[in-house]
Amino acid sequence: MLKIKRVPTVVSNYQKNEAADDSVGCGRNCLGACCINGARLPLYACKNLEKSREKIVVSHEAEEPPVAFLESLVLGEWEDRFQRGLFRYDVTACETKVIPGKYGFVAQLNEGRHLKKRPTEFRVDKVLQSFDGSKFNFTKVGQEELLFQFEAGEDGQVQFFPCMPLDPENSFSVVAINVSPIEYGHVLLIPRVLDCLPQRIDHKSLLLAVHMAAEAANPYFRLGYNSLGAFATINHLHFQAYYLAMPFPLERAPTKKMVTTVSGVKISELLNYPVRSLLFEGGSSMQDLSDTVSDACVCLQNNNIPFNILIADCGRQIFVMPQCYAEKQALGEVSPEVLETQVNPAVWEISGHMVLKRKDDYEGASEENAWRLLAEASLSEERFKEVNTLIFEAIGCSDQEEDPEGTIVHQQIPNGGVFNQKSNRIHGGPITNGTASECIVLQ
Amino acid sequence: MSLAEESSDSVFTEKEEEEESFNRRYTLWIKEALDELPHNFTITDPFLSGHPIVFASLGFLKMTGYSRAEVIGRNGKFFQGPKTNRRSIMEIREAIREERSVQVSLLNYRKSGSPFWMLFHMIPVFGRDDGKVINFVAVQVPISGRDHHHRKLTSVGDDVSSLDHSELVFGSCRREVCFGNFVQHQDHRALPVECDDDEQGLEDWEYCEASESEKLRAAEAINNVLSVLTRYSELSGRLVCGKRCCLRGVDCLSSSLVISLGRIKQSFVLTNPCIPDMPIIYASDAFLTLTGYKRHEVLGQNCRFLSGVDTDSSVLYEMKECILKGQSCTVQILNYSNRKDKSTFWNLLHISPVRNASGKTAYFVGVQVEASCRNTESKELRPETKQLSVVGAVRVAVRSSFMVTC
Repeated sequence: MLKIKRVPTVVSNYQKNEAADDSVGCGRNCLGACCINGARLPLYACKNLEKSREKIVVSHEAEEPPVAFLESLVLGEWEDRFQRGLFRYDVTACETKVIPGKYGFVAQLNEGRHLKKRPTEFRVDKVLQSFDGSKFNFTKVGQEELLFQFEAGEDGQVQFFPCMPLDPENSFSVVAINVSPIEYGHVLLIPRVLDCLPQRIDHKSLLLAVHMAAEAANPYFRLGYNSLGAFATINHLHFQAYYLAMPFPLERAPTKKMVTTVSGVKISELLNYPVRSLLFEGGSSMQDLSDTVSDACVCLQNNNIPFNILIADCGRQIFVMPQCYAEKQALGEVSPEVLETQVNPAVWEISGHMVLKRKDDYEGASEENAWRLLAEASLSEERFKEVNTLIFEAIGCSDQEEDPEGTIVHQQIPNGGVFNQKSNRIHGGPITNGTASECIVLQ
Repeated sequence: MSLAEESSDSVFTEKEEEEESFNRRYTLWIKEALDELPHNFTITDPFLSGHPIVFASLGFLKMTGYSRAEVIGRNGKFFQGPKTNRRSIMEIREAIREERSVQVSLLNYRKSGSPFWMLFHMIPVFGRDDGKVINFVAVQVPISGRDHHHRKLTSVGDDVSSLDHSELVFGSCRREVCFGNFVQHQDHRALPVECDDDEQGLEDWEYCEASESEKLRAAEAINNVLSVLTRYSELSGRLVCGKRCCLRGVDCLSSSLVISLGRIKQSFVLTNPCIPDMPIIYASDAFLTLTGYKRHEVLGQNCRFLSGVDTDSSVLYEMKECILKGQSCTVQILNYSNRKDKSTFWNLLHISPVRNASGKTAYFVGVQVEASCRNTESKELRPETKQLSVVGAVRVAVRSSFMVTC
């Protein structure tokens, strides 16, 4: 069993040090049966993308689009909690800058993000782990940390109810604040919170996250996801989101198309980026895109490969980044200088937003350093090819030629990796010696 | 019933304001002079809400099939569509925010809905005295790809010599097998079947490389437009140039900040507490509408011009205290408008300090809500939430814009 010690980020004011927790007995205004009676939150039901006949792109945006309704809701509620002092620190008081260089990595000096307390042990060799109600989870957050309910509506129109009761019978999803924000507006999307889903991707939940990105209608509002083993702190299904009004380095990296699925989803690999990643875009509908990514992630989960997801460009672009940093760390293979920074390469770091704890690290932040750190998280070239093969098989892509037009294909998949016979075996990778069947999939 | 915060029916910004600022900078003769240029280009003003087009050349109108009235006031995104490359869109957006030039191939759509590729070359135009970006100039050169075969339709009456920029010529682009060339004539007469495929296909091209001569044409066009603008700015005394000649002044807001702030449709102002008498450095359109003042009347002024005889001085004192302590507060204050009826109104005013990327307070934001307008319509955000959302949007805009290396 591989473990590492980490100081977990406190995302809720009710998160305690110890793993064991007093689950009952409140007055904390949580989401448990003890407190939920009479609880109300605004409900935002976004428009059903199919019904509103909106494909992926609003084709004729007339101007810099005005702040959308969802964005106002998120910002307005966040500012309310901000002024009420619910956050552990004022993130806007943390110095931040763009590191000079080709990619524009973003560095922030934030000494307060991590509690100075004893680190907890995290098991990093299993991407799929069952939900453990005794540990901290989002049913234990105080209701004041919840901003609103969010659901994929049935209608072609947005529906908003300023004060909707929370109905434990009717599985609801919520948006909550992250009390240790990376940036202003940092929230958590928790699908079907009372269902206590473990941290793993399923089709419905990813689609909800993609809906949120589309509704926010702001390319600078991205959603991110960390699998277990890729620096998720809490094993209760959640996505994160915040605003940063500039492109992430990940979004700037050049890409090379690898394959197009039958539903028109284009899959490319990133070129010249420290972490080898895939970009999914296109598709005849947003659901097609989301489902294809879900298929890929389920495959990764079943093969015990930790990964992160970035949903960008209002849900039009979804990056999937398999990684192996935690495993390397557990095996003592990460360079000491990188370890000393105590920066864990989770989704935001891999995307290019580095939160640094030490002033020296911040002052000396360079594109080179950032690159070196992130490169430690990347799969090797060879391993990445193997993983891609697994993914393409899982999404039913193996026979897909690159371009249905049949024109001159300049971008032959250079490694020929996709159709390589020897990559057909499914294996769990170096972490476990098991096969996929050892990982129980609970959908 | 749509719940969009603000109706996007108000697509066009105040035409008066566009024309006014454009003419003031370049004189009334600028449009005639620009109309004499043969190129396809647009000029935008990042300081107007929505970053709209304030001028479109005749060539551009012909190329896209729109009339001038349909184009002025639109944002450049209007001509993009579902197959326009997202990465290219991002590059253009970032060039605008970083106030630098960019050259990229781009798929655009005509009024008819048909797509075409063009080389998009955009540059910022700076005020010579204040280093501010006055306009962005964008030139569009339709791309023919590597080979330059032209083939006109062989129908009676076609004039071979009348080939102009508005006609699309396909050649072999990077990923396209050379079917020969296709000229789409104004009446949409098509050549044999492959050409329909061409048109289908061209939307799906990954990219379309511009030739060296096309790039040169773009550069030449940019220079021509820039020299016309420079010449006419000399006449008005408010000079512009292609390079930033001086560092942007402290109280000069960057395009990126102004564009972000322009998305916020409520009434608010930004004031600078570091400058004596804490002047207004930004005022939203909605603020101007609410108070009845013009932008140039309020910029640089302290907000006290909104107070009058019956304004409660203890409230003013309370505000002052909060500002000194760097705290937020909400007050109800009687304000005097400059609207036609010179009416007073109760302003539910919320003020809050706003930090920039250094972590220090750079501005104060003041969000005004006219008290009588506080209807608690059931399907909308609570008025308090709405008001605070402005503060939040401003915080994001200010923090991010200061991170952009300028």
